[in-house]
Amino acid sequence: MAEFLSLHDAVARYVEDGATVAMEGFTHLIPFAAGHEVIRQRKRDLTLIRMTPDLVYDQMIGAGCAKKVIFSWGGNPGVGSLHRLRDAVEKGWPNKVEILEHSHAAMACAFEAGAAGLPLAVLRGYVGSELPSVNDQIKFIECPFTGERLAAVPSVRPDVSIVHAQKADRAGNVLVEGIVGVQKEAVLAAKRSIVTVEEIVDDLRTEADYHPNACIIPGWAISAVAVAEKGSLPSYAHGYYPRDNAFYKEWDAIARDRDVFARWIEENVMNAGGNA
Amino acid sequence: MSLDYTSAEMMSVTAARALENGMTCFVGIGLPSEAANLARLTHAPEVVLIYESGTVQTKPEVLPLSIGDGELCESALTTVSVPEMFRYWLQGGKVSVGFLGTAQIDRFANLNTTLIGDYQAPKVRLPGGGGAPEIATNAGEVFITLKHSKRAFVKDVDFITTLGFGRDGKGRDDVPNIGKGPTRVITDLCVMKPDPETKELVVVSLHPNVSREDVIEATGWEIRFAESLETTPEPSAHELEILRELKARTERKHAGE
Repeated sequence: MAEFLSLHDAVARYVEDGATVAMEGFTHLIPFAAGHEVIRQRKRDLTLIRMTPDLVYDQMIGAGCAKKVIFSWGGNPGVGSLHRLRDAVEKGWPNKVEILEHSHAAMACAFEAGAAGLPLAVLRGYVGSELPSVNDQIKFIECPFTGERLAAVPSVRPDVSIVHAQKADRAGNVLVEGIVGVQKEAVLAAKRSIVTVEEIVDDLRTEADYHPNACIIPGWAISAVAVAEKGSLPSYAHGYYPRDNAFYKEWDAIARDRDVFARWIEENVMNAGGNA
Repeated sequence: MSLDYTSAEMMSVTAARALENGMTCFVGIGLPSEAANLARLTHAPEVVLIYESGTVQTKPEVLPLSIGDGELCESALTTVSVPEMFRYWLQGGKVSVGFLGTAQIDRFANLNTTLIGDYQAPKVRLPGGGGAPEIATNAGEVFITLKHSKRAFVKDVDFITTLGFGRDGKGRDDVPNIGKGPTRVITDLCVMKPDPETKELVVVSLHPNVSREDVIEATGWEIRFAESLETTPEPSAHELEILRELKARTERKHAGE
C-alpha cells in the first residue's frame, strides 16, 4: 500500500548510497523534482538506469551522484550532447562513471522482463551490431524450439524506481497518461518505488476522464507517493504543461562548462527549496 | 519555369518521395521525420507514421524536437508503451520501412551513432544506438537520409551501431527473419542504392546541377556510379510550399515555448 510521503522523506527512506536506481519517463514525465531531491541529499555511488538519460541524469552525474549509467540513447534530444555525461566518462569529472550501453529494444524488453519476474529478456536484436563487443551484458542464445539465434540481456531489477505521473488518488492509485514509456514496467520491476504526481484527487474512478483501459498503477504496487507540482519540468506532463524546449537548448551552454554548471546546481537545486 | 530551392530542400523532397501510401514507416527524429511528414502532407496522405515513443499512426502539425513530444501523442491514433512498440509492432513485423538518419555511414551502409575513434578513448562520443539497431533489422526495408560529406561517408565506420550489410557486405546472408536492410540512401547530392551482388552503395541518381565530381569529393571511398545514371526529378512548387510551411510552423511553435 502506497504511503504518502514528502518527496524529501521518500528519497531519504528509499534511495540509499550505492543503490541501483531507475528513473524513467520516455522524453515525457521525466522525474526532475525527484532527481533534484537526490542531488540535494547528496546520494552517492548510484547505478543509474534509464533508456534516455536526458538532462535529469546529466545533472545527477555532474553533481556526483552516479558511479555507473546504463542507457540506450544518451543525448539532449534535438539539441546535441549531454556534456556532464561526456565529461564524467571521458575526463572523470567529478568522478569516473562507467557506462553500459544497450539499444532501446533491449532495454524496453529488460524492463518488461523485470516486471515479469524473469531473469532475462530475449529479443531478435543486435544482429550485426558491434554493441555486444563492448557490453558483456549482451549474450546470444539458441531458441530451443527453432534453433534461431536470439539476443539475451539481463532483466532490469532496480532497488528503487522513480517515476512521475499526472495524478494519484487517496488510495495511492496512480494514473499515467500520454506517452507512457516504460513507467509501469519500471515500477513493477523494482523492489521499491516512488511515484511523484502533479496532484492528488479523491478517487480516480470518479474522475470525468476516467477510462476502464487507462494506464493505472494500483496503490498497493507502489511504495510511496509524493506530490511534486510541475515535477517533470523542463520535460512535460501531458494535460498539464508543455515541454520547455527553450530550457533544453539553454542547457547545452550551462552543461558545457563545469563552473557554470556548478553554479546552476547551487542556485537552482541546492538552494531552491524542496520543490525545485 | 525553373524553381529556386536549396540542396537541403532537394534532399527532403527526394526522401519524402520514397514513401508511398500503404507503407508503415518507423520514423527517426530529424531529417527522416521531416521527410516522412512531408510525404504525408503531399503525395502519401495514407502513409502510417510510427515513432519509437509509442505513438502509432501519428499526424503531427509541426515537427517534433524530441522523439516524444506531446504533439506526436495528441495527433496519434493510439499510444502504446515502449516495450509494446518494439516487441509487437517492430519485432512483430508490422513495420514496412524504417527511416533513419546517422552520423556516419560506410560503403556497406553500416551506421555509426556511437562514437568517432576508439571505444575506450573516443574522439567524439555520440548519443548511441537508440532504436536504430533493431529498426534496421526488423523493418521490411530501410531508407537512410543524411547530408553528404567526407566526414559522414567513410569507407569503414569506426563502430557498427546499426547493421547495413556488415564489414564484408554479407552481414545479412543466411540470417533468418531479417529485413532487406538499406534499400536507398538519400543525400543532398544524390540517391544511392546497394549493388544487388556486392551490397556496396552505388550512386543511381544525381540531383539537378550536381556533378559526379561533387559526389566523389564528398565521399570517403571510391564511389561507383550506376551505368544508367539518372537525374533526380526537381521538387514541385507544391512540395516546396508544403515543406516551407511545415518548417515555418515548426520554428514558430518551438520558439514560442
